[in-house]
Amino acid sequence: MDLRPIRTAPTPDEVEAVASALGALPAEGPSSTSEAASQRHLLLPALHALQRRVGWISEGGLGEICRRLSIPPAEAYGVATFYALFATTPRPPTVVHVCDDLTCRTRGAERLCDELTARHGPAGQARDGAVWLRSPCLGLCEQAPAALLQVAGSSPVERAWGDATVASVGEALTQRRAPATRRSPIGPTDGLSLLARVGKVDPTDLDAYLAVGGYAALRRAIDLGPDAVIRELTASRLMGRGGAAFPTGRKWAAVASQPAQPHWLVCNADESEPGTFKDRVLLEEDPFAIVEAMTIAGLTTGCERGILYLRGEYPLAHERTGSAIEQARAHGFLGDDVLGGGRFELEIRRGAGAYICGEETALFNSIEGRRGEPRSKPPFPVEVGLFGKPTLVNNVETLANVPRIVLEGGAAFAAIGTAGSTGTRLFCLSGCVERPGVYEVPFGTTLRALLDRAGGVAGGRPLQTILLGGAAGTFVGPAELDVPLTFEDTRKIGATLGSGVVLVFDDTIELLPMLQRIASFFRDESCGQCVPCRVGTVRQEELLARLARGSPNGSWTSERAMYRELSQCLRDASICGLGQTASSAIESAIARFPNVVPEGA
Amino acid sequence: MITLTLDGRTVSVEEGDTLLDAATALGIDVPTICWAKHLTPVNACRMCVVELEGARTLVASCARRAEAGMVVHTNTERVRTSRKVVLELLASSVDLSTAPKLAAWIEAYGADVDRFGPKAEPTSDRDARQTGDHHAPDGATAATVAQPAKVDNGLFVRDYAKCVTCYKCVEACGTDAQNTFAIAIAGRGFDARVSVEFNAPLPDSACVYCGNCIAVCPTGALMALSEYDLRKAGDWHEDRQTTTETICPYCGVGCTLALVVQDNRIVRVDSPEDSSVTRGNLCIKGRFGTTFVHEHGAKAPADAPSR
Repeated sequence: MDLRPIRTAPTPDEVEAVASALGALPAEGPSSTSEAASQRHLLLPALHALQRRVGWISEGGLGEICRRLSIPPAEAYGVATFYALFATTPRPPTVVHVCDDLTCRTRGAERLCDELTARHGPAGQARDGAVWLRSPCLGLCEQAPAALLQVAGSSPVERAWGDATVASVGEALTQRRAPATRRSPIGPTDGLSLLARVGKVDPTDLDAYLAVGGYAALRRAIDLGPDAVIRELTASRLMGRGGAAFPTGRKWAAVASQPAQPHWLVCNADESEPGTFKDRVLLEEDPFAIVEAMTIAGLTTGCERGILYLRGEYPLAHERTGSAIEQARAHGFLGDDVLGGGRFELEIRRGAGAYICGEETALFNSIEGRRGEPRSKPPFPVEVGLFGKPTLVNNVETLANVPRIVLEGGAAFAAIGTAGSTGTRLFCLSGCVERPGVYEVPFGTTLRALLDRAGGVAGGRPLQTILLGGAAGTFVGPAELDVPLTFEDTRKIGATLGSGVVLVFDDTIELLPMLQRIASFFRDESCGQCVPCRVGTVRQEELLARLARGSPNGSWTSERAMYRELSQCLRDASICGLGQTASSAIESAIARFPNVVPEGA
Repeated sequence: MITLTLDGRTVSVEEGDTLLDAATALGIDVPTICWAKHLTPVNACRMCVVELEGARTLVASCARRAEAGMVVHTNTERVRTSRKVVLELLASSVDLSTAPKLAAWIEAYGADVDRFGPKAEPTSDRDARQTGDHHAPDGATAATVAQPAKVDNGLFVRDYAKCVTCYKCVEACGTDAQNTFAIAIAGRGFDARVSVEFNAPLPDSACVYCGNCIAVCPTGALMALSEYDLRKAGDWHEDRQTTTETICPYCGVGCTLALVVQDNRIVRVDSPEDSSVTRGNLCIKGRFGTTFVHEHGAKAPADAPSR
């Protein structure tokens, strides 16, 4: 392609950074348009390498990437500016992201940010080569408040930690070091399946995994053959755990039967729903199980290659899954002929701070080196997905159920839980709860029983409300605690399980600032593609600001009417699930807590 | 052929046709902003949404393929509400003063463009915003995309205060027409904007000044400098304009030009969207290279407005 290059010459550091992602050769870019198109997917890894090395997406560095990959600079800039973890203006090498999202707010994040402002200057203001920034949920909610340190350079550092204090954030800013990531507490250990190995089996050692029966499911799946595996999966009535609850067996069967080649497998590990951390715990503490499950999925549905799309904010999960993949490959569990079952290869791609990339088609665009904007459906991913090919996308927790179904059979799995919601489910308890953590319970357990398992409301205080399902979920009140946690029962009360978030608020928490944080989150995370979501999330946040000020546009009656129509448009006319659910939690709060919007005029 | 029902009427369309095609075949008017005949549908504006029986949400008719047996309603209360809110959201955040089509819909759908409060003051930092971060609003005013117009070259103006982010210019600059790739969408969410790399001025970009982006812009955010200057001076008078079709004098392709003439001066050059040669596209010479008519050719009448 005849592209106009960026004129700023790259520095040696920038050249080296780009080469670390793209390889040292060749000096010339791709020789044809089709070759350039086939390399476009390397854009995101190259941007990561540049940011990691020089601390920002510099003009010279981006120019080098564009030259190497034959990408128009405007497009590459459009991609770089899509992600919150990339800076396209100079930024100091040391950055500490401090979570100020819902859960962390219940655990003093605002106070922490105030103290940081007093001690180290306001968020975003560089000092002595370091800067701290406010961040949306970092997925360490059971250890709130959370922070993430990133140090760019030739020996880059990335570390997330919980129980963040002024002292630990200050040390990160000045000494460039952070406490080790703490092991996540998990709920009671009786009857665990998904969490059976968590905290007990060394997640860094394949032999330890093999010693407790690891890879038995893969062997069994190869013995059974694809048709039988899909039959068991269908019989299990497993539903997707990412939020949409689509029958997994049907998805696998659809991909397996597609004539177009190749097929792609994607594990959606872009867990970014505020209050969600279950997938992180699985990836950090039981990475071989996810690799094994992906291998089963790949061999069963005819995918020779899989991609684990991992949230950019999960450095430990990155390290653990990366090591698991390497060990699996070294043992022949990945490669040209996996235990005689065929070829399957696996690689990790990291997100860079974009909630929307958890939407499956946005995720494809992100992997392909384009802006993470959702595509219109249909066509659905099972037919036209990653690189335009049939693609199986499963959430981490969904995949984690697969080995068990293969080993024990679909019928045994379906016997757990309820008729409409089979198996067990991971719930992320956080906020004002006595023992925050990941809890595995059979579907049908009541919300009350789950809360009791976690020791109830912290300090025995009265419960105000629970945010069920995350920022895209719904608030439920104390009167609704007896709802059985199933897809069908939560639907009956107008709620959703979403990604398994159970965020507890006691009577001392002011609800309105929490709703404002949710509105701010959606305003930041909207991709901006469609009008309802791009502008509607702004108008929603402005309405909440007026509620906080106590001064309506016109009257509260007209504000109610406005919000009713706005949320209807968001639900009905947005392209994807982000816009369609952007008003759901706030609407549910207004419905359940009438004093949120003043009565009458 | 595929047969479906639209607003109670049966219609047959070709395989691959969209619901919008089906509506057009029946003479049903469905409003669109981001759709254009020769561009890939991006279904971003959501004006063309229709109600499809059995679907959970409304669907964008410009992108949704017709399927046999579909039952579609193009003008229900639900459809009208979403279109009305889309118009309210756009009008509250974008300067639509040179978008007459949208003004007509605002009227037709009864959109209350002031319901979100008075418009906020223009800002100068729209190109510099960090993704994932924004100043908390106070709710007293409605945020807008207003920013100073970019007048950085002698041929056309980019006034992004009027931009509805329909993606048409990006598509026209890219594989749908010009293959120049000078512009792309940068930023995210409300801060998403059409941009050159690092917000560089156009002369420092890959732009070849074909002006095909101007041709597809639905709101006048992109405008030939000749038109922009006349409008600014209050000298733009559509009632005194005529359009004359001719063939471009430059090369052998033979592009159809539509010369917009006011007071015996060429004030803008378009090409008809349905021209089989251009499909509405031109190059820098065809679109901007006609001033010689006035400078070296026929003498302008003495009463022509001077510039």
